[in-house]
Amino acid sequence: MTYQAEVFVTLKPVVNDPAGLTIKGGLHALGFDSVTDVRSGKYLVVTLDADDESQARARVEEMTRQLLANAVIEDYRIELQAAAEPVA
Amino acid sequence: MNTGIVVFPGTWSDRDCAHAVGEVLGQPARYLDHREERLDDLDLVILPGGFSYGDYLRCGAIARFAPVMEAVTDFANRGGLVLGICNGFQILQEARLLPGALLRNASCEFRCEWVNLRVEQSQSAFTLDCRPGQVLRIPISHGEGNFFADKETLETIERNGQVVFRYCAPDGRVTAESNPNGSLGNIAGIANARGNVVGLMPHPERACEELLGGSDGLAVFRSAIHALARVAV
Repeated sequence: MTYQAEVFVTLKPVVNDPAGLTIKGGLHALGFDSVTDVRSGKYLVVTLDADDESQARARVEEMTRQLLANAVIEDYRIELQAAAEPVA
Repeated sequence: MNTGIVVFPGTWSDRDCAHAVGEVLGQPARYLDHREERLDDLDLVILPGGFSYGDYLRCGAIARFAPVMEAVTDFANRGGLVLGICNGFQILQEARLLPGALLRNASCEFRCEWVNLRVEQSQSAFTLDCRPGQVLRIPISHGEGNFFADKETLETIERNGQVVFRYCAPDGRVTAESNPNGSLGNIAGIANARGNVVGLMPHPERACEELLGGSDGLAVFRSAIHALARVAV
């Protein structure tokens, strides 16, 4: 089976996010005064083959721990689904 | 001092390091390809600055898995001297040879300027020739040098004297104004507990000749030469 995992990598709440602050400033400059916070992050889409969903999830967890996120500064969330069509 | 200078795709300060060590200090130096796996002939490994692998994902994240890094890790664990400069510092943290991480500069700007560094301890292999409190003038050139560590880690490295350099005013005072990137505790460079591995954001190899604006960076490399001599005796 082919699966598609969306990996959301964000800075931990205790870590300052100057890019997010700058974006918030930009939104305020545009008049979006109701914005109280912006956190920036990374979005990765990983397509992989696996026997079943639990194996796919375990693989993506492992690759995220090893490379995609740095546990010193980042948190992550994984959303997994079967790919709609086989990827060439 | 047999020096190996690691070259990853995207490294840019390798030749500056080779010039400082080889030409200015007259020590044997060679380039180490990122695919090399043997470092047996070396006394010092330098991970120079640059944008290894385009800084993709995170600075140093991909370089950490290059074949040479396994050899560098063994070398460091055996007590070999390892100096990570700028991107090299980021790589050493990704490889968990040094604690913490380097975030985007608080200003969100790339900063390229001369800074003052206060030497915090003279026990590391790269500060042996310095005295605590001494101020070195060395340039920085980075967009992601904002030192971060969680509270517990920060307390540990402070308590162990692993903080090697702090950004400071010309007179040595550690002030908010002298911090170019938002680093916690104005930290510019740290050592591992053993003192044989040091990472710093500023570029000592670019401050080795008066012609280039200053020679305070020589103290870092000369310290390594003396650290090796001490082991040999």
